[in-house]
Amino acid sequence: MPMHETLIMVVGLATVLTTASLVAGILSWRAPKPLSSTLVNLNQRINAWWVMVVAITVAFFFGRAGMTILFALISFAALREFVTLTHSRRSDHWVLLGMFGIIIPFQYWLVWTAWYGLFTIFIPVYCFLLMPAITALHGDAERFLERVSAQQWAVMISVYCVSHVPALLTLDVPGFEGRNLLLVAFLIITVQGSDVLQYIFGKLFGRHLMSPKVSPSKTWEGLVGGLATSSLLGALLSFLTPFSPLQAAAVAFIACLMGFLGGLVASAIKRDQGVKDWGHLIEGHGGMMDRADSLVFAAPIFFHTVRYFWT
Amino acid sequence: MSKLGTRTFTLLQTVTSVGLSALAWAVTGVRPIWNGSQPSNRQRIYFANHASHGDFILLSACLSEKQRARTHAVAAADYWGKSRLRRFIAQDMLSSVLIHRQWTDEAQNPISIMLSVLDEGHSLIIFPEGTRNMTDQPLLPFRSGLYNLSMARPGVELIPCWIENMSRVLPKGQFVPVPLLCRVVFGAPIAIAPGEERRAFLDRARQTLLALNPRPPTHDAEKWNPVFRKTSCDQNSIEPKERRAQRAGDRAGSGIRHDAPIHDAPRHDVPRDD
Repeated sequence: MPMHETLIMVVGLATVLTTASLVAGILSWRAPKPLSSTLVNLNQRINAWWVMVVAITVAFFFGRAGMTILFALISFAALREFVTLTHSRRSDHWVLLGMFGIIIPFQYWLVWTAWYGLFTIFIPVYCFLLMPAITALHGDAERFLERVSAQQWAVMISVYCVSHVPALLTLDVPGFEGRNLLLVAFLIITVQGSDVLQYIFGKLFGRHLMSPKVSPSKTWEGLVGGLATSSLLGALLSFLTPFSPLQAAAVAFIACLMGFLGGLVASAIKRDQGVKDWGHLIEGHGGMMDRADSLVFAAPIFFHTVRYFWT
Repeated sequence: MSKLGTRTFTLLQTVTSVGLSALAWAVTGVRPIWNGSQPSNRQRIYFANHASHGDFILLSACLSEKQRARTHAVAAADYWGKSRLRRFIAQDMLSSVLIHRQWTDEAQNPISIMLSVLDEGHSLIIFPEGTRNMTDQPLLPFRSGLYNLSMARPGVELIPCWIENMSRVLPKGQFVPVPLLCRVVFGAPIAIAPGEERRAFLDRARQTLLALNPRPPTHDAEKWNPVFRKTSCDQNSIEPKERRAQRAGDRAGSGIRHDAPIHDAPRHDVPRDD
């Protein structure tokens, strides 16, 4: 593990979070009581961030095993939220069990063993063909296409896409050996940072709603401000990566743009299903998918960008 | 009925209860939603919808350790008493109360058995549908037990509890649960009104329970439209295809859908950054 960069990162994150906690503390202290729901939520969010950063840092120190297990658990939580929202029938029981009991463990085993060929096609080829076959064998055609599509998308989003984050550890970037964990950190920090920056810019300057029918909080000002600053953040973090500062900014821009689209798609799904949050796992944020939606879209594109241009 | 009269938890029952509650949380992330009542040590009869063996485990997992030790599920003796293993699980591990659905001998009178548990100061979990609901109806008509118990012991609170999703987690005939998020909604207590008829009360209790369902089971895309929520609670079990097609046509113009009322009630005004 590259200790020097890791140390800088941990200290940097701790500083940012401490500052956030202090600012929120002062705001809460000066605000009239009882606190407004925005402030209560802000405090909850910051506290949850502490927990998430500590969890990821611990997994980080366990290296590839830690990351693989952490993201397998994230897939489990995300898939559970996704499947809960979709329609299923009694005859789907075995397919649903297979999604949790076979697809998640096998996909992460492929990550662990760095079997790239099967990793990329296991879900989109084998699972996508076999899952509807099993459903059809059960002989229940009621709302068949709807059930099958929802199951496939649930696996695509919560397992396939998420597994591309730990899969970054399997890439052989020349001259970057043994430092792949830093790529994971770069992706998570820029994409999640972009979420936070879009939130802040949206709160401070947001005027023009981007898609009021899908999300009530996404504004053009938030998007532009968030993307610009997170690209800058990417450039500043280029010392973690094999990229030059300019390349790092470009890669961060692409990842964060995908992250934004992921959030938009997740919002559309939630709106369609008539819920506000995916779940309640993370206090103040909602469910796992509420936090991971941007990472889900960013990870595969980031993975393939690095794989195509740098290996 | 050898277990009557010894209603303090044994070590086995305590271990089982803690273990099953932890398992229920790991698999379903179960959360209680107290919507009209609060956790309390009062003596209660919790009555709930029933579609799975997991129902009572999920409901117990929402109670505190102390309440759990004093709360017993009522189960069918003709199912759980069938073999020594089933009887061991039901009585020695889960400390449930076994009653006979078909009985002739007065000693097997289910109401007297349940009353004797109440008279020891304990609470009950009952499933007034009388069996696991395998139909497309959200809730079967209630049997009379709820009414008889409440007539005999009017001081005991009747708490309606809607158990969500458990029929998908562990359907009848399956033994491996699928991990899905579940909630248990505890509603406001109900009581028999002065002079209220048995059937009227049972129907009212059933409607009260149905009304707690945060996601009424109509066609997914329509379930947030209040126009359709009424019909979803009706007795007509299977809806003709034409009618569903018509509904699908209607909803195109139905406008905004509503957020889950209970699920999100406390957080409606919270900003979201998604």
